[in-house]
Amino acid sequence: MEQQASEFPANVKRAIADSQLQWAMTETGPRFIEKRAKARANLPEFDALRDQARDIKDHVLSHLDLYLERYEAKVVQSGGQVHWAETTQEARAAIISICKRLDAKLATKGKSMISEEIGLNHALEQAGITPVETDLGEYLIQIRGEAPSHIIAPAVHLSRDQIEADFRKAHTHLDPNRDLTEIPTLVEEARQVLRQKYLDADVGITGANFLIAETGTSIIVTNEGNGDLTQTLPRAHIVIASIEKIVPTLEDATTILRVLARSATGQDFANYTTFSTGPRRPEDPDGPNEYHVVILDNGRSNVLGTEFQDMLRCIRCGACLNHCPVYQAVGGHAYGWVYPGPIGSVVTPALIGIEKARHLPNASTFCGRCEEVCPMRIPLPRLLRHWREQEFEKHLTPGAVRWGLSVWAFFAKRPKLYQFGTRIAARLLNLMGGRKGKLASLPLAQGWTQYRDMPVPQGRTFQAMWKERKRG
Amino acid sequence: MDSARARILARIKRSTPKGDEAVRIAAVEQRLQHPQHNLVPERGQGDEAHRIGVFTRMMEAVGGTVEVLDDVNDVPVAVASYLRNTNRPAQIRRGKDERLANLPWHRAQTLEVKEGRAEDADTASLTHAFAGVAESGTIVQLSGPDNPTTLNFLPEAHIVLLEAKDLDASYEEGWTRLREIYGRGQMPRTVNMISGPSRTADIEQTIVRPAHGPKDMHVIIVKSR
Repeated sequence: MEQQASEFPANVKRAIADSQLQWAMTETGPRFIEKRAKARANLPEFDALRDQARDIKDHVLSHLDLYLERYEAKVVQSGGQVHWAETTQEARAAIISICKRLDAKLATKGKSMISEEIGLNHALEQAGITPVETDLGEYLIQIRGEAPSHIIAPAVHLSRDQIEADFRKAHTHLDPNRDLTEIPTLVEEARQVLRQKYLDADVGITGANFLIAETGTSIIVTNEGNGDLTQTLPRAHIVIASIEKIVPTLEDATTILRVLARSATGQDFANYTTFSTGPRRPEDPDGPNEYHVVILDNGRSNVLGTEFQDMLRCIRCGACLNHCPVYQAVGGHAYGWVYPGPIGSVVTPALIGIEKARHLPNASTFCGRCEEVCPMRIPLPRLLRHWREQEFEKHLTPGAVRWGLSVWAFFAKRPKLYQFGTRIAARLLNLMGGRKGKLASLPLAQGWTQYRDMPVPQGRTFQAMWKERKRG
Repeated sequence: MDSARARILARIKRSTPKGDEAVRIAAVEQRLQHPQHNLVPERGQGDEAHRIGVFTRMMEAVGGTVEVLDDVNDVPVAVASYLRNTNRPAQIRRGKDERLANLPWHRAQTLEVKEGRAEDADTASLTHAFAGVAESGTIVQLSGPDNPTTLNFLPEAHIVLLEAKDLDASYEEGWTRLREIYGRGQMPRTVNMISGPSRTADIEQTIVRPAHGPKDMHVIIVKSR
């Protein structure tokens, strides 16, 4: 998918003005937060499990080459095939070549962020293979020709009215006068339409939440059952996953699964957690005849061993999006590519380059809620700050900002001068505010005061008060 | 593609902390050869009655139903009445599992019992669970001729026979038993952990059942003697 991360400022303006989007974000945003809080409260061991989950992934990342080799050997032993892809182009080519060999015409797909990352649907269409997304949210954005706006709820930006209109446009074989006003009716229609696709598909493509080195197993986690129908009924099951999805053992996967659903949807466990190992066995009456895993790097190995390594612990639960004031205000599409929210602002620069994504690490108030809720304890604000540093070091920051920062740095490095300056400024602002104690406009900050008044400082600086207290 | 593999692994190796390679390899082997339990929550721990209680509460919370029987020979009648009460045809599809095949099906005479993988037209299935997990109200199904995977997903109603002796407190106990049966590092083609009927919240964060999988999930627990 074409990335437009550099358009972030313009996208934000559009998003703020989009009343439909604003309605959807206001309506659904708080629900995620409530659900997670409840799930966490119901499991006393939750935070201890987060520590263990973090430790498991840290251990994996410092032994990743070895675990990938063990994982590959186990996949092969169970009759599956592993395809390594350094780039998105190689990943697409690997999948298309499997489909062509099988003469596949129709590919059903479970939800996969890696599929979005490599732009798989477009490539399949170009190759004459029809991709059908089967996760309801992914199906909705596929028929709209959109990107997901959330990692686990791709269509969270849509309302039922929009979906009704889309269904009428897409499902022209159905009675145009049918009633589609209720959400269950919309879901039932998608169920009916997709049912035949599962049965007709030649290949089923899914992502993987985890790859288990001990057994050569891939795991998918869904609520709809779409991923299972996708991977069980066709002749071949193709898994697309990135290198950091590895966990050592079944027990390690289990531990991380305990924090995944709770952080994502507030469920104790997802409805369907499925462990797949190789193709159908000789005695099996169902299941795919072929099992392929495409392992994608796409720049991740360059992140290992750097100050950004912690991002590779991410299990794509979306909790940081749900708790981010910036994401909740602008929605996922503003971020311009596949991964939105705090984790997206960290991952996107690593995958497409800070040059193209320099706005994203700045799309944060550093309130810290993302780190607070991250089940893998990824220090997101710190990683965002590292990107801002890189942005500055690479001279990507605009001149005015650099100038402003250097003026501030000049004072910040001279404490006496800084204290003197702030004392004068505080008094001056206090005087300007007069009796109201508020300023309706400020030089150099009109953008801010256009929407709100600036409360004036109380007259004395924090430093002065601090000194006084220490003395007292 | 082989060169892609070599390049990816080489880049990863370069990034790992410098030190004795033998130590790294030993750490990985140790972890894979001797899988350890991490922290296991207390919620499901307890005697059979406690596990049944927690399992039932968790399963019902996600829209499933649970029925507890004293005698496994009552299962055919329970299946027939469940289908009748949910207004479904008196038909069921099951796999070759002997524990299902050997049930006294003659006691539910109007019930048509078919064997094999699920077909599109099947309205209800019956499977024998490898395990239940009290902690989250989850059943564990293994693929194969005994309980084909399609039975878990295609029919509109999924009925599960769970013997209370197989109802574990946590997932970990199931992994231990699985290794005893299949051998270390070996798995059936598919292990399905299922917690309630299919659902979606993709439209306006509103939970709707079913999405693509079964509409109803009914677990029949047979108590240990």
